[in-house]
Amino acid sequence: MDVFSSLADGFAVALTWQNLGLALVGCFLGTIIGALPGLGPSNGVAILIPLAFTLGLPATPALILLTSVYYGAMYGGRISSILLNIPGDEPALMTTLDGYPMTKQGKAGEALALSGIASFVGAFFATWGLVFLAPQLVKVALLFGPAEYFALFTLAFATLGGIAARNQAKAVMAAALGLGVAMIGVDHQTGVPRLTFGEIHLYEGIHFLIAIVGLFAISEVFLFLEHANGTAPKASDTKLNRITAPLSMLKKTSGTMARSTVVGFIAGVLPGAGASLGSFVSYTIEKRIADKEGTFGTGDPRGVAAPEAGNNAAAGGALVPMLALGVPGSGTTAVLLAMLMALNITPGPLLFTQQPDVVWGLIAALFIGNIMLLLLNVPMVGLFVRVLQVPTKYLMPAVAMISFVGIYGLSGSTFDLMVMIIFGVAGYLLRKLDVPLVPVILGILLGNEMEKNMRRALTISDGDYSILWGSPMAIGIWCLAILGFIAPLLVGRFLRPKKDATVAP
Amino acid sequence: MSDRVLGGTCLVLALLYILFATQIRVGFISDPMGPKVFPIVIGVALALGSLYVLFRPDPEPLWPAFGRVGEIVLAVLVLVLYTYALPHVGFTISTTFAAGILSWRLGASPVAASIAGVVIAVSIFVIFRMILGLSLALGPMGF
Repeated sequence: MDVFSSLADGFAVALTWQNLGLALVGCFLGTIIGALPGLGPSNGVAILIPLAFTLGLPATPALILLTSVYYGAMYGGRISSILLNIPGDEPALMTTLDGYPMTKQGKAGEALALSGIASFVGAFFATWGLVFLAPQLVKVALLFGPAEYFALFTLAFATLGGIAARNQAKAVMAAALGLGVAMIGVDHQTGVPRLTFGEIHLYEGIHFLIAIVGLFAISEVFLFLEHANGTAPKASDTKLNRITAPLSMLKKTSGTMARSTVVGFIAGVLPGAGASLGSFVSYTIEKRIADKEGTFGTGDPRGVAAPEAGNNAAAGGALVPMLALGVPGSGTTAVLLAMLMALNITPGPLLFTQQPDVVWGLIAALFIGNIMLLLLNVPMVGLFVRVLQVPTKYLMPAVAMISFVGIYGLSGSTFDLMVMIIFGVAGYLLRKLDVPLVPVILGILLGNEMEKNMRRALTISDGDYSILWGSPMAIGIWCLAILGFIAPLLVGRFLRPKKDATVAP
Repeated sequence: MSDRVLGGTCLVLALLYILFATQIRVGFISDPMGPKVFPIVIGVALALGSLYVLFRPDPEPLWPAFGRVGEIVLAVLVLVLYTYALPHVGFTISTTFAAGILSWRLGASPVAASIAGVVIAVSIFVIFRMILGLSLALGPMGF
């Protein structure tokens, strides 16, 4: 099998002491980031990108470090959900429903162990899904021309905005704001400055990392300033006597894990859905199928296993469109896309053919990171529980300062730091007004690429706009885009968990 | 009300954006579409979204009390001052003050906040400058 030999090469790339060390550091940091309320996977990874970038790590090790953080954060989110009834990040919201009742029954250790194992199962099989599905998608994507790519980018905006927002108009505004920011700077094709107002710093455009760190990390600090209680959530006085899951419990939940993995993976692959939807849909479906005694919501182990397997499987699934098409499937993968672009790697079908060592090294690193996370999380969960007790009044200033260090390291310019603060304020206002941030980020990231493809298509057709819907494949993508934008209006109410404004995206 | 302000602001922004986009000077060598069209399309999309929000606003979001808004404005000021102080006073001193003030406003007692400021500044300096070798703003005194 072609796939297996590629994967073996990937392991050869990933299995060096340096990379293993980075994966370990990444998993550890990621779990902490996921566990701390207020630091989700998106802003955790966002803060670390400029740092990894300025450290001058080569592409593969930097990728390994940051994807380990990504997977780690998906694992870590459950810890505070189970112990404190506060989701550490948005996908872990569903885990509170049965996790916290289990803690109240004195079964916190079992819940933590079980959710760790469920996370492993979800992520492990989703990575296999990635191994087999991504190359298939690449084969299709190699047939894409500029017009199809333009349609694909529109599809990403339509679905991501559609599902992430409660108000479609606000999603459109968010995408337009992001795209508008991307246009600033010298036009790549004709060399004329656009919307720079003669400001020399704007000629190169606004670097997407500055925007991301400002929108996610700095705005988080402002959100915390709204309330005067900068103390840590009261640690529950439950004792973690045994952190193992009894075999009978594993056997009882194995069907749940299997079903949730599949559901989560599919939710992750679909553009725009991502891990939050993965955990929500798996929990809901599992409740329909398995909850015959009505025990869900009262501390049923299956209610812990379902969302955890689902969200970790979705995290793996979301990597499929991101790597194969260059179109991210969720907020966090949008941030990962930013990371790839910062490392000068353009994801998409060409990545698989031209830099296979990067792709397969990354996939191998996901397997390694996953096993490390299982080993880290089940026996060492007590350590992470202690980390939870860092009060936000000390945590948030540190987060803000590290954001400044990272952005300052990129360019050493005061101007960039000011732009970051402006994005921080804008991010705060947009969050308060319920305008989703993910389309903004996506707009800033993909704006230039989207325009480039549209202009290329029109150069081919010599200015005839009908080339944009000139092939059956392009028409298909347009239909999906329209469907993806309209569908949430009809069924969105049932597909979306209620969100808490203080939970990181 | 908030949504109407948002819609109105973004509508003005969109119109200005379209105006600026039409003023982009195009050289004599250009592709068929040129550098103006895409920004104009974006401006139109923003205007349409804004109009919808302007006329069909969502329920009012929960804004913090007046005093807490003051806290946020203060934090922004601290961060702006911090940005300008960095190259003049150096990383460690300015970070101590910025982190200390933020921590104080987030609810730490003044003494605890000062200690937190020093600890945050020194540990970032040690980890990122001394161990990882990142370039920080060093200032005239070199730290």
